[in-house]
Amino acid sequence: MAITTAQSPFRTDPLTGLRIDLTAQALVKVNAVLAVVFLLVGGTAGLLVALTRWPAVHLLPADLFYMALTAHGIVALMVWIIFFEIAVLYFVASTLLSCRLAAPKLAWTQVVLMVVGAAMTFVAILQGDSSVMMTSYVPMNAAPHFYLGLILFAVGALIGCGVFWGTLVIAAEEKTYEGTLPLTVYGCVIATIIAVFTIASGAIILIPTFLWSLGLIKSIDPMMYRVIWWAFGHSSQQINVTAHITIWYTVAGLAFGAKPMSEKVSRTAFLLYICFLQFGSVHHLLSDPGLSSAWKIFNTSYMMYLAVLASLIHGLTVPGSIEVAQRRSGLNNGLFEWLRKCPWGNPVFSSTILSIIIFGFIGGVTGVVMSVEQVNMIIHNTIYVPGHFHGTVAGGTTLAFMGLTYYLIPVLFQRQVIMKPLAALQPWLFGIGTSIFAIAIMGAGTLGVPRRHWDVTFAGQALGFEWPGMAQMMLAIGEIGGVIAVLGGALFCVIVVGSILIGEPVPANAKNIVAPPADAGGHKEIGMGGFEAPGTFILAMVLFVTLVLYYFVNFKYLATLWTLT
Amino acid sequence: MGYSFTAPAKNWATEPIERTEILWIVIAGSWCLFMFCWMIAWHWIGNQNMANEAYKTTPEAYAKKVEEFTAKYTVRQDKSDPSLPVVAPPPGSDVYLAASRWQWRPIVEFQKGKSYRVHISSLDWDHGFSLQPENINFTAYPGYDAVVTMTPNKTGTFGIVCNEYCGIGHHTMLGRIYVKE
Ligand code: HEM
Ligand SMILES: [Cu+2]
Ligand SMILES: [Cu+2]
Repeated sequence: MAITTAQSPFRTDPLTGLRIDLTAQALVKVNAVLAVVFLLVGGTAGLLVALTRWPAVHLLPADLFYMALTAHGIVALMVWIIFFEIAVLYFVASTLLSCRLAAPKLAWTQVVLMVVGAAMTFVAILQGDSSVMMTSYVPMNAAPHFYLGLILFAVGALIGCGVFWGTLVIAAEEKTYEGTLPLTVYGCVIATIIAVFTIASGAIILIPTFLWSLGLIKSIDPMMYRVIWWAFGHSSQQINVTAHITIWYTVAGLAFGAKPMSEKVSRTAFLLYICFLQFGSVHHLLSDPGLSSAWKIFNTSYMMYLAVLASLIHGLTVPGSIEVAQRRSGLNNGLFEWLRKCPWGNPVFSSTILSIIIFGFIGGVTGVVMSVEQVNMIIHNTIYVPGHFHGTVAGGTTLAFMGLTYYLIPVLFQRQVIMKPLAALQPWLFGIGTSIFAIAIMGAGTLGVPRRHWDVTFAGQALGFEWPGMAQMMLAIGEIGGVIAVLGGALFCVIVVGSILIGEPVPANAKNIVAPPADAGGHKEIGMGGFEAPGTFILAMVLFVTLVLYYFVNFKYLATLWTLT
Repeated sequence: MGYSFTAPAKNWATEPIERTEILWIVIAGSWCLFMFCWMIAWHWIGNQNMANEAYKTTPEAYAKKVEEFTAKYTVRQDKSDPSLPVVAPPPGSDVYLAASRWQWRPIVEFQKGKSYRVHISSLDWDHGFSLQPENINFTAYPGYDAVVTMTPNKTGTFGIVCNEYCGIGHHTMLGRIYVKE
């Protein structure tokens, strides 16, 4: 017995009371640090792109612009996010279930494959003949190692999912937890199931494309490529959504002692993702030829919007659970006392709440509207599209991940976060910068300004024309917002790396940082008019009205166009 | 017990759902159903729909159609770019537009209020058809001939911008449509 204790690879964390497997801890740290390093790389590329798209600055020449844009898309969207997600998976499976991590050797293989893959693709991009954008639509071609790097990266990610599942199996066999899987773990299971579908689609399209780039396959049909590529590209975004919503729920628990308003509702909503998310791939093909309207409508609506419904549900239940927890702890006055008295200066909380708001109001509202078959015609491939998805992946996913990072630094690295006042500011800088960026370039996109475009002034072009002054102004404002966001992103990287390297060690007598369960607060009669979360309901109705109005505004605009039949 | 990250209570599956959630699910669910129906309904009540009419073709075959079409209806060379013919097809006819690196050809001239069957395809890579300032956007593939029937409701000079990235000359890829009374 004494011997097993001596060899015990676990430590008990004083801040959370969690039993942490040291191997898992090392792997979570490595994946998370790599993620942050890649965020810095991706963000730098983003800055270069933004400074070029700002017409008054127009920093890079065309070839470097398209190179930087390809790098930004791949590094920010795939590499940063997926490394972080793997870190979350390992943390959740091992630490939350007090279990050892399955197959550590395989997990290290995951790290190596993903690093090698990302580096290979990145080098291919820097070599200059692979500026094909992350979508790499055939018959445009990149160097073979551009595709090979992506394939290796995806294999690594798949192994990461396997390690996660293996850990769940061990946890179940060794009975390291009791009862049903916690919602956080359940959310991660959903994310990995979507990930397997995603990676399978990626393999189906990228492996032939790799062979084609080597000259082993003669041609790849452009329509087939886009349909399958988006089965991969779209689903991977649904992994992000599932992951960051899981983090919302988790942070609500950590920071407020909240529990889901109804486990049944939240779990069913997650289940809807598995059933219907994949249909959404067609959002990206709505203005493409050769696909029937019936097929487009069925798919773009995620089969009658059931996956949208799921997101709307999470959008209510997460803040709702915070409201209930706050009210149970005594903040039960009026509609919004619970909200006013939230810890707005705590970056864990502010990142999360900003992520919820930006994802809902900017990413969500616009996503639902632009994926209407007909409305897509006035939005497709304009700079509106990057506006929308910076609302989802930058303001939504990235910000949620930042919040969790602030929580995990003291737990995993046993260091305190440095520069506390700047850390309190950072989520606001990134969140507000991203919002300005997203909203303003959506404005420019509504006026037709194209995405992925080096020179919208069309200098020296015989057929060139001038955009409305409003569009030009929106572009400038947007890119200024982009620069603010980059400052916020850079500050995040500095704080994280700085805390790990020079942060004060967490004192031995530090008090637990997990909020006590709100149920213990003892306040049973909460809420107003029979509603436990009336404030959240009002906020949800604001979102609802925004969505409905914006929906019809777009149809009104659409109705003024040339007749198209 | 009692957190989102700990095991739920034993009776989680039978616990009653709170009012706030039920009401929201009903409201959100109804709206989802409405949006689904509206998108279908717009095919009848709206004037802007993609026909999704498309044919398999080859770049060679399509280029030939564009040439024939251009030869048949050219009325002048364009003032802004004298190397480009301006083609004025009769209302109701088939119009062939070709995207290739890095140009939309030919320039066409329409009459307001008249309908044209506009074919869109690419001769090499994917390209974008973005009509400005109307802001109507489609993707053009090589090998697929897509048809949209267009009826201009305004006169003027309309630019076609390529908004699907198509290589280093992407930002120089433009075209034009004139609409006269
Ligand atoms: C840090 C602040 C950021 C800035 C200033 C920024 C800026 C930009 C700009 C200007 C574009 C080009 C739009 C166009 O010309 O089409 C772009 C594209 C993109 N960004 Fe960001 N971005 C930021 C953060 C992020 C993050 C965090 C992610 C992902 C998590 C992300 C993912 C993407 C993707 C996927 C594209 C599309 C690339 C493509 O069209 O192939 N960005 N970004
Ligand atoms: Cu083009
Ligand atoms: Cu182009």
